[in-house]
Amino acid sequence: MIEQVSDPLPQAGYAKVVLELDVNNHPGVMSHICNLFARRAFNVEGILCMPVSDGKHSRIWLLVFDDRRLEQMIRQLEKLEDVLNVRRHGAEHEVFERLEGFFH
Amino acid sequence: MMQMTGAQLMVRLLERQGVRTIAGIPGGAILPFYDALSGSAQIRHVLARHEQGAGFMAQGMARVSGVPQVCIASSGPGATNLVTAIADACLDSIPMVVITGQVPQAMIGTDAFQEVDIYGITVPITKHNFLVRSAQELLAVVPDAFRIAMSGRPGPVLIDVPKDVQNQLITITESELPAPAVADPAPQLDMAAIEAAAKMINAAERPVLYLGGGVVASGAASLAVQLAEQAGLPTTMTLMGLGAMPIDHRLSIGMLGMHGARYTNFVLEESDLLICVGARFDDRAIGRAAQFCPNAKIVHIDIDASELHKIKSAHVAVHANVTCALEALLPRVQAAQREHWLAHVDSLKARFPMQFPGQDDARSHYGLIHAVASALDDDAIVATDVGQHQMWVAQAYPFRRPRQWLTSGGLGTMGFGLPTAIGAALAEPARTVVCFTGDGSFKMNIQELATLAEEGLNVKIVLMNNNALGLVYQQQTLFYGQRLFASKYRTEPDFVKIAEGFGVPAVDLDLADNPRAALAEALHRPGPCLIHATIDREQFVYPMVPPGAANTEMIGG
Repeated sequence: MIEQVSDPLPQAGYAKVVLELDVNNHPGVMSHICNLFARRAFNVEGILCMPVSDGKHSRIWLLVFDDRRLEQMIRQLEKLEDVLNVRRHGAEHEVFERLEGFFH
Repeated sequence: MMQMTGAQLMVRLLERQGVRTIAGIPGGAILPFYDALSGSAQIRHVLARHEQGAGFMAQGMARVSGVPQVCIASSGPGATNLVTAIADACLDSIPMVVITGQVPQAMIGTDAFQEVDIYGITVPITKHNFLVRSAQELLAVVPDAFRIAMSGRPGPVLIDVPKDVQNQLITITESELPAPAVADPAPQLDMAAIEAAAKMINAAERPVLYLGGGVVASGAASLAVQLAEQAGLPTTMTLMGLGAMPIDHRLSIGMLGMHGARYTNFVLEESDLLICVGARFDDRAIGRAAQFCPNAKIVHIDIDASELHKIKSAHVAVHANVTCALEALLPRVQAAQREHWLAHVDSLKARFPMQFPGQDDARSHYGLIHAVASALDDDAIVATDVGQHQMWVAQAYPFRRPRQWLTSGGLGTMGFGLPTAIGAALAEPARTVVCFTGDGSFKMNIQELATLAEEGLNVKIVLMNNNALGLVYQQQTLFYGQRLFASKYRTEPDFVKIAEGFGVPAVDLDLADNPRAALAEALHRPGPCLIHATIDREQFVYPMVPPGAANTEMIGG
């Protein structure tokens, strides 16, 4: 699943960052995460979510902008009960790049 | 081995958690739980008249005890009626476990009768929430809900339980029942940050200690007072922090912010170090953020890492339980008299004091609050609704202990007062609970007078009646060119008759020859009472920082 969650960004001049989240896999998790971004007015360029091997956990990839709110965004994510950890990657991470083929 | 239903299991788990009083209203989708609850010898159910009332009763119990409390409602409208009380608990960090019935799982998503996605609705207003899919899951979910509600920064947790899960049979052994939940351990203390904070306090010339609701939640009030005394720190409190330091303590500079005293905001303006403990730089407390404490470095101690650097960047940020942080800080902070700075604070206080016009006239707003305080001791609990009366009480009532003061800070919910006061009285039946309210707020949960009469609790409602939405009237007068619109009521109910109609005795101070004596008599008579007093609509809350202005740009007072 990949989608545009919010309006195109005014801060398009910022570098992009990829966040990798390990989360519990149950029906409410995406709702908690998308809701957090929406209500805190954080922008998300892309989301990708798939279960990992054991089925109890999922991995979520978020493509976000590295504006001055990124730290706050990560802290809010880390507070979510179902988010087990958050790792931050630079824009060079290829997860979204390799998906781009499906969008042309 | 024992066989029981999911509903019986829920009751059992609540009993084991130590829950003794639950406020709620039954309805179709929660009836299996109510049936099981009827068999509990340990849990007492208090029947509210509106689910929002039940939510605030749980809050009242939680605010005075500090322990997660439970409210309960059925699916659909029962659940949505709880939403305001949940959001209120979330913004004020009040531990609460909310249980809602849900339509059977097979009917979820079919627009069934009284079906609403309360799980989805409460995502943004809970710390966490659960939709339970089997009776087996309850064994983990119920203790988890309590653990989450009380761990770290407290808050509300919702458990939505479909009716078929409540009816589902489960066979378990006694040993499979989970242990009652306890709070997660506090985060590891960053000793380097503590050292840095102590160094900054020791080096500061004009420090101010800024205490928030986190000090109360953490049970750290006496440690905070100790820190202030040891380091000679003038101390301000947020609305949520009132009571952390006795208001008449020599180092107290009262409440800061939109309706704080002039001198308080001036002291902050001049400070060179702000030590923020369990507070979150809320806009009502700090005014325009960029101009708040312009010359101060900031030490920020909070249990919630996402509050650090959120509004103001801290020079030293300590992610910690406030109690642990203060315990570590105290031996590292030098004793200091700070005669110069404290003398300057005193001179600001003398020049720009908080003013209480009419304080000796029990028919005026400040006079009434003063008369109530004079008739009671510090054991009394004071709840308020939201509006002018709330701010006047915050300014004028002499709070001297934590958990003495219950008010809706973050959400500012009119209708909060009466059911919260009922909850407080349920948790602390030996104390007198005063609920200051206004006529606008009172009407928003007035139906709980029936609950109050039924329970016969020691709640005294002091109704400050100006037949208007006073704070709206004030803002329209001051900031909207006196275009008064939708802020005055055109009819006025007879509140004395209303109370008496519900079975609550009432006293009208307007008719009393000696209002002070009539008030004292009403406050000291056991049981519920409505005390009605008309106040002047043209009296405003001063000082006032206009919304969006800096704290030093106060008007009035």
